[in-house]
Order: sequence, then C-alpha cells, then structure tokens
Amino acid sequence: MKKIGVLQIIDHVAEMCIEANTFLSDDMMEGLRRAKQSEESENGKEILETMLSNFEVAKNKNIPICQDTGMVVMFVTFGQDLIIEGGSLEDALQAGVAKGYEEGYLRKSVVGDPFIRANTGNNTPAVIHYQVVPGDGLKIKILPKGFGSENTSALKMLKPADGMAGVKEFVLQTVETGSPNACAPIVVGVGIGGTMEKAAIMAKEALSRPLGEHNPLEHIEALEEYLLEASNALGIGPMGLGGINTVLGVNVEVFPTHIAGLPVAVNITCYVNRHVEREL
Amino acid sequence: MAVIEIKTPLTKKDRKKLKAGDHVRISGIIYTARDAAHKRMIEALEKGLPLPMDFTDEIIYYVGPCPAKPGEIIGSAGPTTSGRMDTYTPELLDRGLAGMIGKGNRSERVINSMVSNDAVYFACVGGAGALLQDCIKSVEIIAYEDLGTEAIRRIEVKDFPAIVVIDTKGTNLYETERKKFTNKLWI
Repeated sequence: MKKIGVLQIIDHVAEMCIEANTFLSDDMMEGLRRAKQSEESENGKEILETMLSNFEVAKNKNIPICQDTGMVVMFVTFGQDLIIEGGSLEDALQAGVAKGYEEGYLRKSVVGDPFIRANTGNNTPAVIHYQVVPGDGLKIKILPKGFGSENTSALKMLKPADGMAGVKEFVLQTVETGSPNACAPIVVGVGIGGTMEKAAIMAKEALSRPLGEHNPLEHIEALEEYLLEASNALGIGPMGLGGINTVLGVNVEVFPTHIAGLPVAVNITCYVNRHVEREL
Repeated sequence: MAVIEIKTPLTKKDRKKLKAGDHVRISGIIYTARDAAHKRMIEALEKGLPLPMDFTDEIIYYVGPCPAKPGEIIGSAGPTTSGRMDTYTPELLDRGLAGMIGKGNRSERVINSMVSNDAVYFACVGGAGALLQDCIKSVEIIAYEDLGTEAIRRIEVKDFPAIVVIDTKGTNLYETERKKFTNKLWI
C-alpha cells in the first residue's frame, strides 16, 4: 500500500503556492499574446502589452505577478487506498499554504471572522474540496483566487423554463457588470445543474481547464463558443477601457439536476488565472 | 501615444489640464490606502477626530502590497478595485484630495463629488503588481500599522504609468471607449 508523509505534502503545497503566483501557465500566456495581436483598441493594445511585460518582471525578479496572491482554493483527488503518515491530510495542506505564503513573500489576504476581520497572518485557511477515488494516488490542484474578480461572480437558481436562453442572459449580464472591475480579459467558469453548491464548485474548477479546450458535449461546446463571442461583442475590452478582448475563454461544466431546477453559477477570474496541479 | 509627465502634489490648476484618455507618468509622493484604512479614516471623522494626514492636493493609491523580499523595499503593488472605496471617497474629496489611482468604474456619487472638487481618477493596469513595484522608490508607513498590508503608506514613485479615466469635468473613459467597440449585431 502506498504511503505519503505529511512533510512531503507540506513542501509540495508550499512550492505550488509560490509557483502559481509567480509564473502564469502557457495556455494563459498564449491567450494574452493572441489577444494583443487581435485587439483593435489603442488603449487595449497598450494594456495587453503592459500585462505581458509584467509577467517578465515577475519572472525575472521572482516576485508575484499580482499583489493579490489570493485566497487558496484546492481540489484534492485522494485515492482511498493511500495512507497518509505523520498527521492529517487537511492539516498538512493548510500548513503547506502557510509555509508557501511566508517563504514566498506572498500577501496574506485572509481575515478570520468575516465581521471582525482580523488577518489570520498566514493566508489560511484555504478552501479545500476533496474527491475520494479508487486507487492510491494523490492529486492536488491549487488555484490562488484573487477577489477583484471573485467579487464579480454570481449564482442564480433559474427555472427549467428559462432554459438555454435564460442561462445565456444570466452569464452575459454577469460578464457585463463584472468585467470592468475584474481585470479583463477574464476567464469565465460556468457550472450548470446539480444543487446550489454543486454549481458553484463546478464553476470554480472550470477555471482551471486549459484555454482552448472545450466541453466534450456538443451542445455545451456550442454554448461556450456563443458566450465567448457574445461577451467580446460587449466592447468592454482590456481593463474595461474599450476593445474586442473582454473574455479569453468560457468553460462550462454541467451535472444532473432536479426536475424543478436549473442552477447556474458564474465564477470570474482575472487574466492572471493561476492554477497548478501535481500528482504526488 | 503621447505621455504627460506629472508631479505630485497636484494642484487644482494642474488637475484641470488633464483630460480623460491622457496617458500619464506620475512622479513624487503618493499615499496608499484601501478598504480598512478608509473605513478607519471615515470613522475618525464621524467621531470628530482628525485624519492621520492632510490630503490637500495629494493622491491616494488603492493598493495592498505584498511583503518586501530581502533587498527590496516593497513587494508587488498593483491597484485594487476602486469601487469598494466609493462609500468613503466623497468625504476625502471634500477635504482636498486631488485624485485617486485604482482600477474599475466609480459611482455617480463619487463622480459628482470629483466634479465639484476638481479631482482626477487614474487607472493603472490591474494585476501588473511586479511592474508597478519597480516604480516605487521609497516606502514609509505613516498610519494604522496594525492593518498590515492595508496600513497607510507614504510612497515615492517615479514614472508611475497610469491613464486618466475620469477627469475634472466628469468625462468617463469607461463609458466613452466601450461604445466604440460594442458590436451591435450581437447586442
């Protein structure tokens, strides 16, 4: 039976937090380069150029791309035959976040009680979603989530009669209201179906799907393409200062739902769409 | 694109020359403050207490920087969403604040207050924390140190790149530019 020690988990998580905040994934870089080439607005072009230069500065100085190094969201896929040695998995994951944010000079952006609002001092707790699967693997996906964009996200319990048209209207409305504040060009994660929380979790995880990859279901892929084109027709552009690149990608996930419902969650991320994944 | 060099403090006369759409490079002293510092300042005013400083002709930068690495004076330091400060901003504009640097649109109430006080709102590129950190030459915490990243800092910037997005007449680039690129076939 496979065994993993908690110290190993802590080190991996710490490294992943620093890596995610310092380097942007290739798919996002490519998306932004393409946006710069196609952009028709002068302001938009210059803003995209600044965004690309900023990645270089962050890489060269080894400092975070953005000062909002986020609240950490994790998706952990845990093989039921795996044995964790030396402590609890949850404690190890949280300790890894604390270590990464301290050693990486990342901003600690988490406050304890939402009303008292005292900073916890080490960016924990992270929000962790677990999935237990057959086998003995351990896969950890880390998404440090900035709140400029998180604040523009929304969820609505539509009626089945609202159908595809209702979903399109709600997503576009959320993009239109949110993207000028969310550091466009944004990526939009959409979760449709399940229950209220299931839709929200799907929307979050959808943000980590590489740009350019589509949902395998034909009608959902068509929805993704429609939403992308319609969003970019809004004219909002990079940083909301006009242009044809408001959204870099729309990733939709679906799940079976109740006869009475059509939950839709829209999670927005800025162009610094951070996600790293490791299989331990 | 022509770039206008500006120096702080920014007098009313200088502010009135700036037009929405102007690209500027800001040099001089500016002050950082975001959610928690604004809340505390306004609470002080409500109690009849003084502000930690005189904001006449000064600029507030909405930022909560990362901690400084060894050998650096500050960590990444890009703008945060300005709209969250909308509730508090008019009080500061009425006390002489010259302008704000942030990202995203402002409320009608803030814009009206900007017009009556001849204030300017600048946006810089959100997420560009590493690049903007490079423009910061000195840092000193002047109030609310217990707020950590949200403390009020007096920072000296050199050639800090920004765009005038709302000018002293209330012309708003978020409204004017978007219209030019809206594809009506879709909307």
